[in-house]
Amino acid sequence: MASSAKVTWQSLLAATMYGFMYFPIIVLAVYSFNASRYSAGWEGFSLKWYRSLFQDQRIFSALIDSLTIAFVAVGVSAVLGTMMAIGLAKYRFRGKGLYRGVAYLPLIIPDIAIAVATLVFLTSVAVPLSLGTIIVSHIVFCLAYIAVVVSSRLQNLDPNLEEAALDLGANPFQAMVRVLIPQLAPGILAGCLLAFVLSMDDLLISSFTAGGGANPLPLEIFSRVRTGVKPDINALSVVLITASALISGAAEYLRYRSERRQRELG
Amino acid sequence: MADSAPPKPIPPVWTQLGERLTPRRWLGPVALLGPAGLWLLLLLVIPTLLILEISLVPGLRLGQPAGGYGLDNYLQILQPVYLRVMGRSLLFALGSTLLCLGLGFPVAYWLALMSPRRWRNLLLVAFILPLWTSSLLRAYAWITILRSSGVLNTIFQLLSLPPQNWLNTPTAVFIGLTYSFLPYMVLILYASLEKLDLRLLEAAADLGATPRQQFWQITVPQTLPGIAAGSLLVFIAALGDFVVPTLLGGASSMNISRLIYNQFLGPTRAWGFGSALSMVLILAVSLAIALLLKYGDRSTVTETSQ
Repeated sequence: MASSAKVTWQSLLAATMYGFMYFPIIVLAVYSFNASRYSAGWEGFSLKWYRSLFQDQRIFSALIDSLTIAFVAVGVSAVLGTMMAIGLAKYRFRGKGLYRGVAYLPLIIPDIAIAVATLVFLTSVAVPLSLGTIIVSHIVFCLAYIAVVVSSRLQNLDPNLEEAALDLGANPFQAMVRVLIPQLAPGILAGCLLAFVLSMDDLLISSFTAGGGANPLPLEIFSRVRTGVKPDINALSVVLITASALISGAAEYLRYRSERRQRELG
Repeated sequence: MADSAPPKPIPPVWTQLGERLTPRRWLGPVALLGPAGLWLLLLLVIPTLLILEISLVPGLRLGQPAGGYGLDNYLQILQPVYLRVMGRSLLFALGSTLLCLGLGFPVAYWLALMSPRRWRNLLLVAFILPLWTSSLLRAYAWITILRSSGVLNTIFQLLSLPPQNWLNTPTAVFIGLTYSFLPYMVLILYASLEKLDLRLLEAAADLGATPRQQFWQITVPQTLPGIAAGSLLVFIAALGDFVVPTLLGGASSMNISRLIYNQFLGPTRAWGFGSALSMVLILAVSLAIALLLKYGDRSTVTETSQ
Protein backbone atom coordinates (compact mmCIF):
# COMPACT_ATOMS: atom_id res chain seq x y z
CA MET A 1 0.00 0.00 0.00
CA ALA A 2 2.12 2.85 1.26
CA SER A 3 5.56 3.16 -0.20
CA SER A 4 8.14 1.72 2.12
CA ALA A 5 10.34 4.80 1.88
CA LYS A 6 7.75 7.02 3.54
CA VAL A 7 8.00 7.10 7.31
CA THR A 8 4.49 6.88 8.68
CA TRP A 9 3.32 7.12 12.26
CA GLN A 10 2.35 3.46 12.10
CA SER A 11 5.88 2.43 11.21
CA LEU A 12 7.29 4.63 13.97
CA LEU A 13 4.92 3.08 16.49
CA ALA A 14 5.74 -0.41 15.21
CA ALA A 15 9.45 0.33 15.61
CA THR A 16 8.80 1.53 19.16
CA MET A 17 6.95 -1.68 19.96
CA TYR A 18 9.81 -3.76 18.56
CA GLY A 19 12.03 -1.78 20.92
CA PHE A 20 9.63 -2.54 23.78
CA MET A 21 9.80 -6.28 23.03
CA TYR A 22 13.59 -6.41 22.91
CA PHE A 23 14.55 -3.78 25.49
CA PRO A 24 14.27 -6.11 28.56
CA ILE A 25 16.26 -8.82 26.81
CA ILE A 26 19.00 -6.34 25.90
CA VAL A 27 19.04 -5.01 29.48
CA LEU A 28 19.50 -8.54 30.84
CA ALA A 29 22.33 -9.19 28.43
CA VAL A 30 24.13 -5.92 29.15
CA TYR A 31 23.82 -6.26 32.93
CA SER A 32 25.11 -9.81 32.88
CA PHE A 33 28.49 -8.28 31.98
CA ASN A 34 28.31 -5.48 34.55
CA ALA A 35 30.88 -5.70 37.33
CA SER A 36 28.55 -4.08 39.88
CA ARG A 37 26.10 -6.13 41.87
CA TYR A 38 23.70 -3.43 43.02
CA SER A 39 24.08 -0.26 41.01
CA ALA A 40 22.20 0.37 37.81
CA GLY A 41 25.27 2.22 36.58
CA TRP A 42 27.95 0.62 34.47
CA GLU A 43 31.01 -0.28 36.53
CA GLY A 44 33.08 -2.04 33.95
CA PHE A 45 32.99 -5.20 31.92
CA SER A 46 33.25 -8.43 33.83
CA LEU A 47 32.69 -12.12 33.28
CA LYS A 48 32.48 -12.88 36.99
CA TRP A 49 28.73 -13.62 36.94
CA TYR A 50 29.27 -16.19 34.24
CA ARG A 51 32.11 -17.67 36.26
CA SER A 52 29.96 -17.95 39.38
CA LEU A 53 27.11 -19.34 37.28
CA PHE A 54 29.19 -22.13 35.80
CA GLN A 55 30.51 -23.06 39.25
CA ASP A 56 26.99 -23.16 40.69
CA GLN A 57 26.15 -26.78 41.46
CA ARG A 58 22.53 -26.04 42.36
CA ILE A 59 21.84 -24.37 39.03
CA PHE A 60 23.54 -27.22 37.21
CA SER A 61 21.54 -29.96 38.95
CA ALA A 62 18.34 -27.92 38.45
CA LEU A 63 19.13 -27.72 34.74
CA ILE A 64 19.65 -31.50 34.63
CA ASP A 65 16.27 -31.99 36.37
CA SER A 66 14.56 -29.68 33.87
CA LEU A 67 16.14 -31.34 30.85
CA THR A 68 15.22 -34.82 32.15
CA ILE A 69 11.62 -33.74 32.67
CA ALA A 70 11.38 -32.04 29.29
CA PHE A 71 12.96 -34.85 27.28
CA VAL A 72 10.93 -37.65 28.87
CA ALA A 73 7.64 -35.70 28.87
CA VAL A 74 8.07 -34.58 25.26
CA GLY A 75 9.17 -38.06 24.15
CA VAL A 76 6.09 -39.74 25.61
CA SER A 77 3.82 -36.92 24.44
CA ALA A 78 5.15 -37.10 20.90
CA VAL A 79 3.91 -40.69 20.63
CA LEU A 80 0.63 -40.24 22.51
CA GLY A 81 -0.14 -36.84 20.97
CA THR A 82 0.50 -37.97 17.41
CA MET A 83 -1.62 -41.08 17.91
CA MET A 84 -4.38 -38.93 19.36
CA ALA A 85 -4.27 -36.45 16.47
CA ILE A 86 -4.40 -39.26 13.89
CA GLY A 87 -7.22 -40.98 15.77
CA LEU A 88 -9.22 -37.77 15.97
CA ALA A 89 -8.75 -37.13 12.25
CA LYS A 90 -9.66 -40.67 11.20
CA TYR A 91 -12.57 -41.74 13.27
CA ARG A 92 -15.97 -40.49 14.13
CA PHE A 93 -17.56 -41.73 17.32
CA ARG A 94 -20.00 -40.69 19.96
CA GLY A 95 -18.33 -38.40 22.47
CA LYS A 96 -15.66 -37.23 20.02
CA GLY A 97 -16.49 -33.60 20.73
CA LEU A 98 -16.07 -34.25 24.44
CA TYR A 99 -12.79 -36.12 23.88
CA ARG A 100 -11.40 -33.31 21.77
CA GLY A 101 -12.61 -30.69 24.23
CA VAL A 102 -10.91 -32.42 27.16
CA ALA A 103 -7.73 -32.98 25.14
CA TYR A 104 -7.37 -29.28 24.34
CA LEU A 105 -8.37 -28.11 27.82
CA PRO A 106 -4.74 -27.70 28.98
CA LEU A 107 -4.23 -25.07 26.25
CA ILE A 108 -6.91 -22.90 27.81
CA ILE A 109 -7.20 -23.60 31.53
CA PRO A 110 -4.75 -21.56 33.62
CA ASP A 111 -1.72 -23.50 34.82
CA ILE A 112 -2.57 -22.82 38.44
CA ALA A 113 -5.88 -24.69 38.11
CA ILE A 114 -4.21 -27.71 36.51
CA ALA A 115 -1.44 -27.59 39.12
CA VAL A 116 -3.89 -27.52 42.03
CA ALA A 117 -5.98 -30.36 40.61
CA THR A 118 -2.92 -32.53 39.99
CA LEU A 119 -1.59 -31.96 43.51
CA VAL A 120 -4.95 -32.82 45.09
CA PHE A 121 -5.24 -35.94 42.96
CA LEU A 122 -1.71 -37.16 43.67
CA THR A 123 -2.21 -36.57 47.39
CA SER A 124 -5.54 -38.39 47.42
CA VAL A 125 -4.04 -41.48 45.80
CA ALA A 126 -1.00 -41.13 48.09
CA VAL A 127 1.61 -40.98 45.32
CA PRO A 128 4.81 -39.45 46.73
CA LEU A 129 5.85 -36.29 44.84
CA SER A 130 9.06 -36.61 42.85
CA LEU A 131 10.67 -36.01 39.48
CA GLY A 132 8.34 -38.71 38.15
CA THR A 133 5.18 -36.89 39.19
CA ILE A 134 6.41 -33.71 37.47
CA ILE A 135 6.99 -35.67 34.26
CA VAL A 136 3.59 -37.33 34.44
CA SER A 137 1.83 -33.98 34.87
CA HIS A 138 3.90 -32.26 32.16
CA ILE A 139 2.76 -34.92 29.70
CA VAL A 140 -0.82 -33.63 30.08
CA PHE A 141 -0.07 -30.25 28.51
CA CYS A 142 2.75 -31.42 26.20
CA LEU A 143 0.28 -33.93 24.74
CA ALA A 144 -2.26 -31.22 24.03
CA TYR A 145 0.19 -28.87 22.29
CA ILE A 146 1.70 -31.62 20.14
CA ALA A 147 -1.77 -32.89 19.17
CA VAL A 148 -2.86 -29.38 18.10
CA VAL A 149 0.19 -28.84 15.91
CA VAL A 150 -0.02 -32.33 14.37
CA SER A 151 -3.78 -31.98 13.77
CA SER A 152 -3.31 -28.79 11.82
CA ARG A 153 -0.78 -30.54 9.61
CA LEU A 154 -3.05 -33.57 9.15
CA GLN A 155 -5.72 -31.30 7.68
CA ASN A 156 -3.41 -30.37 4.81
CA LEU A 157 -2.33 -33.91 3.96
CA ASP A 158 -3.24 -35.88 0.89
CA PRO A 159 -5.20 -38.96 2.11
CA ASN A 160 -4.68 -40.63 -1.26
CA LEU A 161 -1.07 -41.50 -0.42
CA GLU A 162 -2.06 -43.69 2.49
CA GLU A 163 -4.86 -45.14 0.39
CA ALA A 164 -2.35 -45.96 -2.35
CA ALA A 165 -0.07 -47.71 0.14
CA LEU A 166 -2.99 -49.85 1.27
CA ASP A 167 -3.91 -50.66 -2.34
CA LEU A 168 -0.32 -51.71 -2.97
CA GLY A 169 -0.55 -54.26 -0.19
CA ALA A 170 0.75 -52.45 2.89
CA ASN A 171 -1.07 -53.32 6.07
CA PRO A 172 -2.64 -50.40 7.97
CA PHE A 173 0.21 -50.29 10.46
CA GLN A 174 2.83 -50.15 7.69
CA ALA A 175 0.79 -47.51 5.88
CA MET A 176 0.75 -45.38 9.02
CA VAL A 177 4.40 -45.76 9.95
CA ARG A 178 5.91 -45.61 6.44
CA VAL A 179 3.57 -43.15 4.72
CA LEU A 180 1.59 -41.08 7.18
CA ILE A 181 4.22 -40.51 9.91
CA PRO A 182 6.97 -39.28 7.52
CA GLN A 183 4.52 -36.78 6.07
CA LEU A 184 3.65 -35.63 9.57
CA ALA A 185 7.27 -35.45 10.72
CA PRO A 186 7.72 -31.65 10.40
CA GLY A 187 4.52 -31.10 12.36
CA ILE A 188 5.51 -33.58 15.06
CA LEU A 189 8.92 -31.96 15.37
CA ALA A 190 7.45 -28.45 15.55
CA GLY A 191 4.99 -29.61 18.20
CA CYS A 192 7.80 -31.24 20.18
CA LEU A 193 9.87 -28.05 20.13
CA LEU A 194 6.91 -26.03 21.39
CA ALA A 195 6.17 -28.58 24.13
CA PHE A 196 9.85 -28.71 25.09
CA VAL A 197 10.04 -24.94 25.54
CA LEU A 198 6.81 -24.91 27.56
CA SER A 199 8.02 -27.75 29.75
CA MET A 200 11.34 -26.02 30.43
CA ASP A 201 9.43 -22.81 31.22
CA ASP A 202 6.79 -24.28 33.52
CA LEU A 203 6.87 -22.96 37.07
CA LEU A 204 3.43 -23.61 38.55
CA ILE A 205 2.73 -27.23 37.64
CA SER A 206 6.28 -28.18 38.66
CA SER A 207 5.98 -26.28 41.95
CA PHE A 208 2.86 -28.21 42.88
CA THR A 209 4.09 -31.65 41.81
CA ALA A 210 7.78 -31.50 42.80
CA GLY A 211 7.58 -32.09 46.52
CA GLY A 212 11.08 -32.22 47.96
CA GLY A 213 12.26 -34.75 45.42
CA ALA A 214 13.14 -32.50 42.51
CA ASN A 215 14.10 -28.93 41.85
CA PRO A 216 13.73 -27.98 38.18
CA LEU A 217 15.29 -24.79 36.87
CA PRO A 218 12.23 -22.47 36.95
CA LEU A 219 11.73 -23.29 40.64
CA GLU A 220 15.36 -22.51 41.41
CA ILE A 221 15.24 -19.25 39.43
CA PHE A 222 11.94 -18.24 41.02
CA SER A 223 13.15 -18.83 44.56
CA ARG A 224 16.22 -16.68 43.85
CA VAL A 225 14.67 -13.73 42.01
CA ARG A 226 11.69 -13.40 44.39
CA THR A 227 13.95 -11.37 46.63
CA GLY A 228 15.30 -9.06 43.92
CA VAL A 229 17.98 -8.82 41.27
CA LYS A 230 20.65 -11.53 41.14
CA PRO A 231 23.43 -10.84 38.61
CA ASP A 232 24.26 -14.52 38.10
CA ILE A 233 20.62 -15.04 37.07
CA ASN A 234 21.24 -12.34 34.43
CA ALA A 235 24.08 -14.47 33.12
CA LEU A 236 21.86 -17.55 33.23
CA SER A 237 19.17 -15.64 31.31
CA VAL A 238 21.60 -14.84 28.53
CA VAL A 239 22.65 -18.49 28.27
CA LEU A 240 19.04 -19.71 28.23
CA ILE A 241 17.81 -17.01 25.84
CA THR A 242 20.61 -17.88 23.44
CA ALA A 243 19.60 -21.55 23.66
CA SER A 244 15.93 -20.82 23.11
CA ALA A 245 16.76 -18.45 20.24
CA LEU A 246 18.52 -21.37 18.55
CA ILE A 247 15.55 -23.69 19.22
CA SER A 248 12.99 -21.16 18.04
CA GLY A 249 15.10 -20.37 14.99
CA ALA A 250 15.05 -24.07 14.15
CA ALA A 251 11.30 -24.25 14.72
CA GLU A 252 10.51 -21.22 12.57
CA TYR A 253 12.82 -22.55 9.86
CA LEU A 254 11.00 -25.90 9.90
CA ARG A 255 7.65 -24.17 9.66
CA TYR A 256 8.85 -21.94 6.85
CA ARG A 257 10.25 -24.91 4.92
CA SER A 258 7.13 -27.04 5.30
CA GLU A 259 4.93 -24.10 4.31
CA ARG A 260 7.01 -23.52 1.24
CA ARG A 261 6.88 -27.20 0.33
CA GLN A 262 3.13 -27.21 0.75
CA ARG A 263 2.87 -24.15 -1.46
CA GLU A 264 5.01 -25.84 -4.10
CA LEU A 265 2.90 -28.97 -3.98
CA GLY A 266 -0.43 -27.26 -4.03
CA MET B 1 -14.38 -42.36 27.77
CA ALA B 2 -14.08 -42.40 23.99
CA ASP B 3 -13.31 -46.07 24.10
CA SER B 4 -16.83 -47.20 24.86
CA ALA B 5 -18.49 -45.62 21.84
CA PRO B 6 -18.50 -47.52 18.54
CA PRO B 7 -16.56 -45.64 15.82
CA LYS B 8 -18.12 -44.52 12.58
CA PRO B 9 -15.62 -43.99 9.77
CA ILE B 10 -15.75 -40.63 8.05
CA PRO B 11 -17.11 -41.26 4.56
CA PRO B 12 -15.21 -39.98 1.54
CA VAL B 13 -12.24 -38.01 2.83
CA TRP B 14 -10.61 -40.64 4.97
CA THR B 15 -11.76 -43.42 2.68
CA GLN B 16 -13.29 -45.63 5.34
CA LEU B 17 -9.85 -46.52 6.58
CA GLY B 18 -11.35 -47.34 9.95
CA GLU B 19 -13.37 -50.16 8.46
CA ARG B 20 -10.46 -51.60 6.62
CA LEU B 21 -8.10 -51.37 9.56
CA THR B 22 -9.32 -54.49 11.32
CA PRO B 23 -12.34 -56.69 11.14
CA ARG B 24 -13.22 -55.43 14.58
CA ARG B 25 -13.80 -51.77 13.97
CA TRP B 26 -13.15 -50.52 17.46
CA LEU B 27 -9.55 -51.72 17.65
CA GLY B 28 -8.05 -48.84 15.66
CA PRO B 29 -9.69 -46.00 17.57
CA VAL B 30 -9.02 -47.64 20.92
CA ALA B 31 -5.35 -48.18 20.09
CA LEU B 32 -4.88 -44.62 18.83
CA LEU B 33 -7.08 -42.70 21.25
CA GLY B 34 -7.05 -44.98 24.28
CA PRO B 35 -3.63 -44.24 25.83
CA ALA B 36 -3.90 -40.44 25.58
CA GLY B 37 -7.55 -40.59 26.69
CA LEU B 38 -6.66 -42.65 29.73
CA TRP B 39 -3.86 -40.25 30.61
CA LEU B 40 -6.16 -37.25 30.37
CA LEU B 41 -8.89 -39.02 32.31
CA LEU B 42 -6.51 -39.86 35.15
CA LEU B 43 -4.54 -36.63 35.32
CA LEU B 44 -6.98 -33.99 34.13
CA VAL B 45 -10.62 -35.05 34.31
CA ILE B 46 -10.59 -36.92 37.62
CA PRO B 47 -8.36 -34.31 39.34
CA THR B 48 -10.66 -31.49 38.20
CA LEU B 49 -13.73 -33.36 39.47
CA LEU B 50 -11.83 -33.95 42.69
CA ILE B 51 -11.20 -30.25 43.32
CA LEU B 52 -14.85 -29.61 42.50
CA GLU B 53 -15.69 -32.07 45.25
CA ILE B 54 -13.31 -30.74 47.89
CA SER B 55 -14.32 -27.16 47.08
CA LEU B 56 -17.68 -28.22 48.50
CA VAL B 57 -16.17 -29.35 51.81
CA PRO B 58 -16.16 -26.32 54.13
CA GLY B 59 -12.92 -25.44 55.85
CA LEU B 60 -10.98 -28.40 54.48
CA ARG B 61 -7.36 -28.26 55.55
CA LEU B 62 -4.57 -30.69 54.87
CA GLY B 63 -4.36 -33.35 57.55
CA GLN B 64 -7.69 -32.57 59.16
CA PRO B 65 -10.79 -34.75 59.02
CA ALA B 66 -13.34 -33.48 56.52
CA GLY B 67 -16.86 -32.47 57.52
CA GLY B 68 -20.04 -32.54 55.43
CA TYR B 69 -20.67 -30.73 52.16
CA GLY B 70 -21.58 -27.05 51.93
CA LEU B 71 -21.03 -23.87 49.98
CA ASP B 72 -19.03 -22.09 52.70
CA ASN B 73 -15.81 -22.04 50.64
CA TYR B 74 -17.59 -20.18 47.87
CA LEU B 75 -19.29 -17.83 50.32
CA GLN B 76 -15.88 -17.06 51.81
CA ILE B 77 -14.88 -15.56 48.43
CA LEU B 78 -17.61 -12.94 48.96
CA GLN B 79 -15.78 -11.47 51.93
CA PRO B 80 -14.58 -7.94 51.07
CA VAL B 81 -10.90 -8.81 51.30
CA TYR B 82 -11.28 -11.62 48.73
CA LEU B 83 -13.70 -9.68 46.56
CA ARG B 84 -10.99 -7.04 46.27
CA VAL B 85 -8.60 -9.76 45.03
CA MET B 86 -11.19 -10.86 42.43
CA GLY B 87 -11.74 -7.26 41.35
CA ARG B 88 -8.01 -6.66 41.09
CA SER B 89 -7.55 -9.82 38.99
CA LEU B 90 -10.28 -8.64 36.61
CA LEU B 91 -8.76 -5.16 36.48
CA PHE B 92 -5.30 -6.55 35.66
CA ALA B 93 -6.77 -8.77 32.95
CA LEU B 94 -9.01 -6.07 31.42
CA GLY B 95 -6.37 -3.36 31.59
CA SER B 96 -3.65 -5.46 29.99
CA THR B 97 -6.10 -6.65 27.31
CA LEU B 98 -6.91 -3.04 26.37
CA LEU B 99 -3.23 -2.09 26.42
CA CYS B 100 -2.35 -5.08 24.21
CA LEU B 101 -5.16 -4.19 21.80
CA GLY B 102 -4.23 -0.49 21.67
CA LEU B 103 -0.52 -1.16 21.20
CA GLY B 104 -0.86 -4.35 19.17
CA PHE B 105 -3.35 -3.18 16.55
CA PRO B 106 -1.05 -0.58 14.93
CA VAL B 107 1.82 -3.07 14.90
CA ALA B 108 -0.34 -5.79 13.30
CA TYR B 109 -1.77 -3.25 10.84
CA TRP B 110 1.68 -2.09 9.87
CA LEU B 111 2.94 -5.68 9.55
CA ALA B 112 -0.02 -6.89 7.49
CA LEU B 113 -0.56 -3.91 5.21
CA MET B 114 2.39 -1.54 5.23
CA SER B 115 5.61 -3.43 5.94
CA PRO B 116 7.88 -4.33 3.00
CA ARG B 117 6.43 -7.50 1.52
CA ARG B 118 9.77 -9.25 1.23
CA TRP B 119 10.52 -8.94 4.93
CA ARG B 120 6.99 -9.42 6.21
CA ASN B 121 7.30 -13.02 7.45
CA LEU B 122 10.65 -12.35 9.04
CA LEU B 123 9.33 -9.20 10.76
CA LEU B 124 6.36 -11.11 12.16
CA VAL B 125 8.62 -13.88 13.46
CA ALA B 126 10.91 -11.25 15.00
CA PHE B 127 8.00 -9.78 16.92
CA ILE B 128 6.86 -13.09 18.41
CA LEU B 129 10.36 -14.46 18.99
CA PRO B 130 10.52 -13.33 22.65
CA LEU B 131 7.64 -15.74 23.35
CA TRP B 132 10.12 -18.57 22.99
CA THR B 133 12.19 -17.35 25.92
CA SER B 134 11.35 -18.10 29.52
CA SER B 135 8.36 -16.09 30.75
CA LEU B 136 9.93 -16.10 34.20
CA LEU B 137 13.12 -14.48 32.96
CA ARG B 138 11.23 -11.95 30.84
CA ALA B 139 9.31 -10.86 33.93
CA TYR B 140 12.53 -10.83 35.93
CA ALA B 141 14.14 -8.52 33.37
CA TRP B 142 11.58 -5.85 34.26
CA ILE B 143 12.80 -5.84 37.88
CA THR B 144 16.16 -4.55 36.66
CA ILE B 145 14.37 -1.90 34.62
CA LEU B 146 11.69 -0.76 37.05
CA ARG B 147 13.37 -0.83 40.48
CA SER B 148 14.10 2.54 42.01
CA SER B 149 17.81 2.43 41.12
CA GLY B 150 16.93 0.74 37.83
CA VAL B 151 17.47 1.41 34.16
CA LEU B 152 14.26 3.42 33.71
CA ASN B 153 15.10 5.89 36.46
CA THR B 154 18.63 6.26 35.10
CA ILE B 155 17.08 7.24 31.78
CA PHE B 156 14.54 9.53 33.48
CA GLN B 157 17.39 11.20 35.35
CA LEU B 158 19.23 11.88 32.08
CA LEU B 159 16.04 13.45 30.70
CA SER B 160 15.58 15.35 34.00
CA LEU B 161 12.25 13.68 34.60
CA PRO B 162 11.15 12.91 38.16
CA PRO B 163 12.11 9.37 39.25
CA GLN B 164 9.29 6.82 39.48
CA ASN B 165 8.93 4.00 41.95
CA TRP B 166 6.96 1.57 39.82
CA LEU B 167 8.29 -1.76 41.02
CA ASN B 168 5.86 -3.50 43.41
CA THR B 169 2.93 -1.41 42.21
CA PRO B 170 0.02 -2.29 39.88
CA THR B 171 1.71 -0.16 37.19
CA ALA B 172 4.54 -2.70 37.01
CA VAL B 173 1.98 -5.50 36.74
CA PHE B 174 0.26 -3.78 33.79
CA ILE B 175 3.62 -3.27 32.06
CA GLY B 176 4.68 -6.86 32.70
CA LEU B 177 1.39 -8.41 31.57
CA THR B 178 1.25 -6.27 28.44
CA TYR B 179 4.82 -7.23 27.64
CA SER B 180 4.08 -10.93 28.18
CA PHE B 181 0.98 -11.17 26.01
CA LEU B 182 1.42 -8.51 23.30
CA PRO B 183 2.92 -11.01 20.82
CA TYR B 184 -0.19 -13.22 21.01
CA MET B 185 -2.40 -10.23 20.26
CA VAL B 186 -0.25 -9.12 17.32
CA LEU B 187 -0.16 -12.66 15.92
CA ILE B 188 -3.95 -13.04 15.98
CA LEU B 189 -4.66 -9.52 14.68
CA TYR B 190 -2.12 -10.03 11.91
CA ALA B 191 -3.88 -13.22 10.76
CA SER B 192 -7.12 -11.25 10.68
CA LEU B 193 -5.76 -8.13 8.96
CA GLU B 194 -3.93 -10.19 6.36
CA LYS B 195 -7.29 -11.40 5.07
CA LEU B 196 -8.69 -7.89 4.84
CA ASP B 197 -10.35 -7.26 1.49
CA LEU B 198 -8.42 -4.25 0.17
CA ARG B 199 -10.94 -3.71 -2.65
CA LEU B 200 -13.45 -2.62 -0.05
CA LEU B 201 -11.07 0.08 1.15
CA GLU B 202 -10.43 1.21 -2.43
CA ALA B 203 -14.13 1.29 -3.16
CA ALA B 204 -14.74 3.33 -0.02
CA ALA B 205 -11.96 5.73 -0.99
CA ASP B 206 -13.46 6.09 -4.49
CA LEU B 207 -16.78 6.91 -2.93
CA GLY B 208 -15.18 9.68 -0.91
CA ALA B 209 -14.64 8.09 2.51
CA THR B 210 -11.92 9.71 4.58
CA PRO B 211 -9.13 7.45 5.89
CA ARG B 212 -10.70 7.72 9.34
CA GLN B 213 -14.09 6.58 8.00
CA GLN B 214 -12.43 3.75 6.06
CA PHE B 215 -10.70 2.57 9.20
CA TRP B 216 -13.71 2.64 11.53
CA GLN B 217 -16.33 1.53 9.01
CA ILE B 218 -14.40 -1.11 7.04
CA THR B 219 -11.12 -2.20 8.64
CA VAL B 220 -12.41 -2.51 12.19
CA PRO B 221 -15.69 -4.32 11.39
CA GLN B 222 -13.84 -6.68 9.02
CA THR B 223 -11.28 -7.58 11.69
CA LEU B 224 -13.74 -7.68 14.59
CA PRO B 225 -13.58 -11.49 14.94
CA GLY B 226 -9.79 -11.26 15.22
CA ILE B 227 -10.06 -8.44 17.73
CA ALA B 228 -12.48 -10.53 19.80
CA ALA B 229 -10.29 -13.63 19.62
CA GLY B 230 -7.08 -11.77 20.50
CA SER B 231 -8.69 -9.84 23.33
CA LEU B 232 -10.25 -12.89 24.94
CA LEU B 233 -7.05 -14.91 24.70
CA VAL B 234 -5.00 -12.13 26.30
CA PHE B 235 -7.73 -11.68 28.91
CA ILE B 236 -7.66 -15.38 29.84
CA ALA B 237 -3.87 -15.53 29.97
CA ALA B 238 -3.62 -12.37 32.08
CA LEU B 239 -6.42 -13.45 34.43
CA GLY B 240 -4.58 -16.64 35.39
CA ASP B 241 -1.06 -15.23 35.41
CA PHE B 242 1.05 -15.84 38.47
CA VAL B 243 4.62 -14.87 37.66
CA VAL B 244 4.15 -11.20 36.71
CA PRO B 245 1.99 -10.15 39.70
CA THR B 246 4.31 -12.03 42.06
CA LEU B 247 7.64 -10.72 40.76
CA LEU B 248 6.61 -7.20 39.74
CA GLY B 249 3.50 -6.45 41.78
CA GLY B 250 4.69 -7.10 45.31
CA ALA B 251 2.38 -7.45 48.27
CA SER B 252 -0.14 -4.92 46.95
CA SER B 253 -0.90 -6.94 43.79
CA MET B 254 -2.44 -10.12 45.16
CA ASN B 255 -4.51 -11.71 42.39
CA ILE B 256 -6.51 -14.92 42.16
CA SER B 257 -3.61 -17.13 41.03
CA ARG B 258 -1.42 -15.95 43.89
CA LEU B 259 -4.27 -16.43 46.34
CA ILE B 260 -4.78 -20.01 45.13
CA TYR B 261 -1.02 -20.64 45.31
CA ASN B 262 -0.97 -19.44 48.93
CA GLN B 263 -3.83 -21.75 49.92
CA PHE B 264 -1.83 -24.77 48.78
CA LEU B 265 1.86 -23.95 49.09
CA GLY B 266 1.65 -21.10 51.61
CA PRO B 267 1.20 -21.36 55.36
CA THR B 268 -2.63 -21.48 55.39
CA ARG B 269 -3.11 -24.86 53.68
CA ALA B 270 -6.82 -24.22 53.22
CA TRP B 271 -7.34 -26.70 50.41
CA GLY B 272 -11.12 -26.39 50.34
CA PHE B 273 -11.02 -22.61 49.90
CA GLY B 274 -8.19 -22.90 47.37
CA SER B 275 -10.21 -25.40 45.35
CA ALA B 276 -13.25 -23.12 45.38
CA LEU B 277 -11.08 -20.26 44.07
CA SER B 278 -9.71 -22.58 41.42
CA MET B 279 -13.22 -23.55 40.31
CA VAL B 280 -14.16 -19.87 40.08
CA LEU B 281 -11.11 -19.24 37.89
CA ILE B 282 -11.99 -22.20 35.64
CA LEU B 283 -15.57 -20.91 35.43
CA ALA B 284 -14.41 -17.39 34.48
CA VAL B 285 -12.14 -18.78 31.78
CA SER B 286 -14.88 -21.09 30.45
CA LEU B 287 -17.21 -18.10 30.26
CA ALA B 288 -14.62 -16.18 28.23
CA ILE B 289 -14.15 -19.21 25.94
CA ALA B 290 -17.90 -19.49 25.44
CA LEU B 291 -17.92 -15.82 24.40
CA LEU B 292 -14.98 -16.44 22.08
CA LEU B 293 -16.71 -19.37 20.39
CA LYS B 294 -19.90 -17.38 20.03
CA TYR B 295 -18.49 -14.09 18.76
CA GLY B 296 -14.88 -14.78 17.78
CA ASP B 297 -13.50 -16.07 14.53
CA ARG B 298 -12.57 -19.66 15.28
CA SER B 299 -10.45 -20.05 12.18
CA THR B 300 -8.25 -17.16 13.30
CA VAL B 301 -7.61 -18.85 16.61
CA THR B 302 -6.79 -22.26 15.21
CA GLU B 303 -4.58 -20.84 12.48
CA THR B 304 -2.48 -18.80 14.86
CA SER B 305 -2.18 -21.54 17.44
CA GLN B 306 -0.14 -23.58 14.98
